[in-house]
Amino acid sequence: MPELHFLHSHLWAKGYRQYSYRRRLSMHNSIVLVKQVPDTTNISGQVMKEDGTVNRAKLPAIFNFEDKVALEFALRIKDECGGKVTAVTMGPPRASDVLRECLYMGADEAYLITDRKFAGADTLATSYVLSEAIKKIGDYDFVFAGRQAIDGDTAQVGPQTAEKLDIPQITYAEEILQIKDNSVRVRRKIDGGYEILECKLPVLMTVLKDAAEPRPFGAKRVMAYKGAKSLLELEKMAEGNSLLYIDKLVYEYKSRSLFIPTLTADDLHIDVARCGIKGSPTKVYAIESVVLGGSEPVKIDNTRAGMLSLIDTLMEDRILG
Amino acid sequence: MIGFSNDVWVFVEQRDGKPADVSLELLSKGRKLADTMHGTLKSVVIGEAVKSLAIETFRYGADEAYVVDHKHLKNYATLPYSRLLNELVERHKPRVVLFGATITGRDLAPRVASHTRSGLTADCTDLQVSDVSYLGKEYKNLLLQIRPAFGGNIIATIIAPDVPTQMATVREGVMEMHPLARPHEVKISDVPFSPNGIDGLVSLIEQHREESKVNLKSAPIIVAGGYGMGTKENFRLIHELAHTIGGEVAGSRAAVDAGFITHERQVGQTGVTVRPKLYFAIGISGAIQHRAGMQEAKKIIAINTDPDAPIFDVSHYGIVGDATDVIPKFIEAFKSRLK
Repeated sequence: MPELHFLHSHLWAKGYRQYSYRRRLSMHNSIVLVKQVPDTTNISGQVMKEDGTVNRAKLPAIFNFEDKVALEFALRIKDECGGKVTAVTMGPPRASDVLRECLYMGADEAYLITDRKFAGADTLATSYVLSEAIKKIGDYDFVFAGRQAIDGDTAQVGPQTAEKLDIPQITYAEEILQIKDNSVRVRRKIDGGYEILECKLPVLMTVLKDAAEPRPFGAKRVMAYKGAKSLLELEKMAEGNSLLYIDKLVYEYKSRSLFIPTLTADDLHIDVARCGIKGSPTKVYAIESVVLGGSEPVKIDNTRAGMLSLIDTLMEDRILG
Repeated sequence: MIGFSNDVWVFVEQRDGKPADVSLELLSKGRKLADTMHGTLKSVVIGEAVKSLAIETFRYGADEAYVVDHKHLKNYATLPYSRLLNELVERHKPRVVLFGATITGRDLAPRVASHTRSGLTADCTDLQVSDVSYLGKEYKNLLLQIRPAFGGNIIATIIAPDVPTQMATVREGVMEMHPLARPHEVKISDVPFSPNGIDGLVSLIEQHREESKVNLKSAPIIVAGGYGMGTKENFRLIHELAHTIGGEVAGSRAAVDAGFITHERQVGQTGVTVRPKLYFAIGISGAIQHRAGMQEAKKIIAINTDPDAPIFDVSHYGIVGDATDVIPKFIEAFKSRLK
């Protein structure tokens, strides 16, 4: 059976390729789950509302970094074996921003899964919609996703989607060691070390932040795809101009490969009771902003005498010495 | 609500037949939750030759144990473990199932929650049982799942009011472990396991595990330095102070990112949660992510050049000053008292 040994990432970065195996290995298609997230790493005072909730609109929306790493994994497989890379995101219309970025990096196609009925979904409802979208897109050997998204840090959607697709999962993947026609060998992190698993395809993998360096946008690809539009964006264009007909626009964008396909609840023929808030067993019951202890510490003078009195107190309390 | 059980389950994670600390911590917490709900605490133990481990769970509060003992189950594997739990949860419909927020727990819990369509909340920092009124309906004995959200800027309380089973993962060190003086009588239910062809889709080729030699969790004194130490050179003062007073060295995430210290010594939300007798926070501004990992310390001493640093709000003693000036003074003063 033909097989291919993956090179270490530093060799990859230098542009090494093992062309000799290329034609002998069958093509592998990948679907990559990506998410647009609020940038929670730089939350300033203005973002917090007075009632302690977060004003999402004030937060810049960014591409969840680990999902970019997931896309890089898929693109490397495409580079080595051939095949197709399809990016998928579920989110509001503006999430098509990250899909365009996927196209800039090298994805062949990008789907926007959007519907008001999907709003307010927890991880269970999200994984239901994503799994139905993946089934509809079909024909895949790999599903990739980042380990977790920075807005929730739950790491749940990957495994939940794998369960609904009824395929194995490899979470916390660090490196693909080898790909064969119908299996993959992966090193994954475990508590206190790592393990190497061999898994039959198809498989869903979630990848760690340091597992690969996402490639930069290709300049030509940016030029080619910056005008790519989702159905909703085209509808908006049509609304603003009575001379444009939506069907014609879609036809035109499709023929120029600039159409971002959009899937709604109707397109997916899914059970709406399992989507959005309705389909989410977990609910946010209360939210409070983080209030600090409020108690003032005992001030210790930055002098020898100050230190000595502190040390004496700690020794009396049997905390020190 | 009628028809829901009052059982609280803890999935007991084991490595080479030894329980993970977090599982014992969860049993102690689960004991309290079960008492509040007037329910039963059950441990779920899966592995090979795990009978003695199952018996140990009674010391931490279990009333009953489900044990699945089979040579194919020696190492954790997603497919057989999740299949077993799916079957157990579907059959017995526990009210609450708790998992450690370890890599294993975070691999397993969502798979089981998905199959059984249960609510699942990740990385809870507190769990309580309470009657809840939500959207005009009254619920008895719901599990309040409390966790930081949005990068730690808010604390959210999550509930799963309308499903039979509420699941949560909790990080190691967040709950306290309380061995019982008089454990309940051992009552074990053996659960049969039959290997399934599906399990063969994934095979374990090799596994490497090194138990960390660093044990911050049990250190009575911790001296932690942050980005404010400035240089790796200055960070040596942290080591010197720790050495002088017999403490362990730790750091904030920023100190780890700056290369001052290794990740295994990181205190905070993405590191270790500690509750020592004495904690020094030196050159640490006190972001919520760090405070989440140390604010339960009995006494906290903060040293910072910025008098408005949030770390002072959770500290018992505060020294405003430069660490390179304060630490040598403190060491000298301490040594003089030992004479």
